[in-house]
Amino acid sequence: MTAPATAAGRWTSLWGLALVPLLLLGAVLAYLVATGGGLKTLQGPPVEQLKVSRVTLPERGVIQVHLVNDGPQTVTVPQVMVDDAFWSFTAQPAGPIPRLGRATLTIPYPWVDGEAHKVALLTSLGTVFEAEIPVATLTPQPGRDLLVRFGLVGLYVGVVPVVLGMLWFPWMRRLSARAMNFILALTVGLLVYLAVGTYLDAQEFAAALPAFWQGTPAVLLIALLTLGVLLALGSKRQPEEAPLGLSYRIATGIGLHNLGEGLAIGAAFALGEAALGTFLILGFTLHNITEGLGIVAPVVRQKPKFIQFVLLALIAGGPAILGTWLGGFAFNPVLATIFLAVGVGAIVQVVWEVGRLVARNTAALGAPLVGWSTLGGFTVGVALMYFTAFFVKF
Amino acid sequence: MSWLRSLLSRRDVLRVGAGGAAALAGSVALGQSGSHPAGHPGAAPASPAPATSAHTGHGNNLMVGSVNHKRNGFDPMAMLTDWDWGKVSTLPNGQTLREYTMIAQDKEIEIAPGIFFPAWTYNGRVPGPTLRCTEGDRLRITFINQTIHAHTIHFHGVHSAEMDGVPGAGPGEIQPGGRFVYEFDAEPFGCHLYHCHATSLKRHIHKGMYGAFIVDPKEGRLPAREFVMVQNAFDTNFDGANEIYAVNTVGFEFARRPIPVQKGELIRIYLINILEFDLINSFHLHANFFNYYDTGTTLEPTSRIVDTIMQAQGQRGILEFKYKFTGNFMFHPHISEFTELGWMGSFQVVEPDAYPAALKAAGVDAGWDRRSRQGAAGGRS
Repeated sequence: MTAPATAAGRWTSLWGLALVPLLLLGAVLAYLVATGGGLKTLQGPPVEQLKVSRVTLPERGVIQVHLVNDGPQTVTVPQVMVDDAFWSFTAQPAGPIPRLGRATLTIPYPWVDGEAHKVALLTSLGTVFEAEIPVATLTPQPGRDLLVRFGLVGLYVGVVPVVLGMLWFPWMRRLSARAMNFILALTVGLLVYLAVGTYLDAQEFAAALPAFWQGTPAVLLIALLTLGVLLALGSKRQPEEAPLGLSYRIATGIGLHNLGEGLAIGAAFALGEAALGTFLILGFTLHNITEGLGIVAPVVRQKPKFIQFVLLALIAGGPAILGTWLGGFAFNPVLATIFLAVGVGAIVQVVWEVGRLVARNTAALGAPLVGWSTLGGFTVGVALMYFTAFFVKF
Repeated sequence: MSWLRSLLSRRDVLRVGAGGAAALAGSVALGQSGSHPAGHPGAAPASPAPATSAHTGHGNNLMVGSVNHKRNGFDPMAMLTDWDWGKVSTLPNGQTLREYTMIAQDKEIEIAPGIFFPAWTYNGRVPGPTLRCTEGDRLRITFINQTIHAHTIHFHGVHSAEMDGVPGAGPGEIQPGGRFVYEFDAEPFGCHLYHCHATSLKRHIHKGMYGAFIVDPKEGRLPAREFVMVQNAFDTNFDGANEIYAVNTVGFEFARRPIPVQKGELIRIYLINILEFDLINSFHLHANFFNYYDTGTTLEPTSRIVDTIMQAQGQRGILEFKYKFTGNFMFHPHISEFTELGWMGSFQVVEPDAYPAALKAAGVDAGWDRRSRQGAAGGRS
């Protein structure tokens, strides 16, 4: 009977010791909140901070401004200006916006199609926070027609090029081992390009997030965590084992990247910047065609079933459709940042994996790892992505 | 030349005063002047301010809510007519002496519903008191600085260098806790202003240290209903540009509460432009024309039958007009930007017998009415 009692006693003392600092912390916090901790004279003027997370034009004559208070203190917005004119509005919820709180302001303003507008929020202390409407156009509302049209955009941008690229499979099967190694090196190049691009896209979304999300470090940390998890999962795996698995992992990484592209395109449509339209979509189709090639490169020596190709194409290209819908109808910068950061980690992991494959093959061919063949393949991969991106960067 | 004929006939109308238009007295709707008490800090509204009738707004171009004048300690509507004649006595030489006390005070004021501005004031109000006297009076203004910055009072008028209220002349800047007595004879007659001239000048002016200084001519002016309007603006985020424009400080105040006047009576406005940052201001009167006395230093108009005048920074003048019709008539600068940013109001023109009801609707009393007619009489009636 004594043994369990002793164990219980040990347990109590162990966790009791762990709790001591926490209890003291509670006491210090209570003291600070109650008395100000003797720092009253250090209190400066109030700091007001607001982030306009989104401006939408849900119908003619209506502007909606979505706000997050990412400052240290409560903020009140008693007046709103549109294009340098005070304007009536309603707030939902009404009243002061607490730290980390949200509000939606609805302004009955006769905005003009295709023109720019500026919304300014005046706080009770006279600070001004501005938001731009670069090109006024009705914010797309989810409906069958638009859903189909956005789906088509995603299809052209994601699925079509991936499928087309995969059609190089029969050609690749006839290539020599040396030539195939060149193609794998090319795949590494295109994946490195995608990793860099996805990271920069993630940082672009992160920069627009309210400060408390700490977007910039969060992107890096999420990417690292993803990479770590994927490496741990594959730690027992040899590169030559289950090349189909590698193809799926490449497809997943590319899929997350294409999700990002879809988000950007959908968001651009929602912001009325879709004038780029067909040209942009054409550019993405061209830009993404090498992705399909990279996905099937590892399985050239295998005989995958047809259904596998379909699945690979859907995993890599399908997210572009999803991204376009999300970006157009329900853009959420926080989720966008997270998805893209995960994508960075996933792509870096397959860079590592395909890279190891290239290293093995190069060794088997008796060539130096960094030789003209591998370096050439890598460079061609990066260059293909870089120059086709001329069609999609503005 | 039909436009000229119409101008002339309108002028005749102005002179005679129209009496014939159908009275709409009973139906004058001024019911939206009720003020909603705003909590501090002002709360964002849950429901829109009523998409207003022409009486209280400019479509949806308005400020939501209303200002708590009690907390401010001054009311733009009351400021229209609250002449400060000073403490009056007669000097041994027979000259009238007017004594004033002006105290520099820091004060947070509500310049638009829910928007608070850390103002520098004379006597706790922006604009400061409207000093009014007659040409040739002796003025003795005791200035006390209760703030933590140096200030002065610089009067537009004729006086000795020591009394100019600028750094480096006479007492220079009056330091915190200090005091000084400015003393001079009131001349020339006109619609003048005073303001702080301490450095940095822009800040001392746009923070609120200014006011009207009206010197009446010895022979007086025609009896009229008189108002003083100080066109001012506020740079709430201190970026060197104004966010809120107004007359007598509170944006859209006279759109929310139109100024009651009577059809056919002579109306005289002492109009002063004390904007900072913007080079000019202007005044445009709807459905009417006025005579304008630039700087108010002449008894004859400097412009006749105009409906828009321009004022540079520090420029001012006197407007005189009558209304031919009853109804709600807007006034604003013909600078649309300022209009939409708060400098806009209107007159509620009613038949004389409907005037008591109009006063009530505007939230003013018989005293306001009396003061508005008393100015031209030199404060004697």
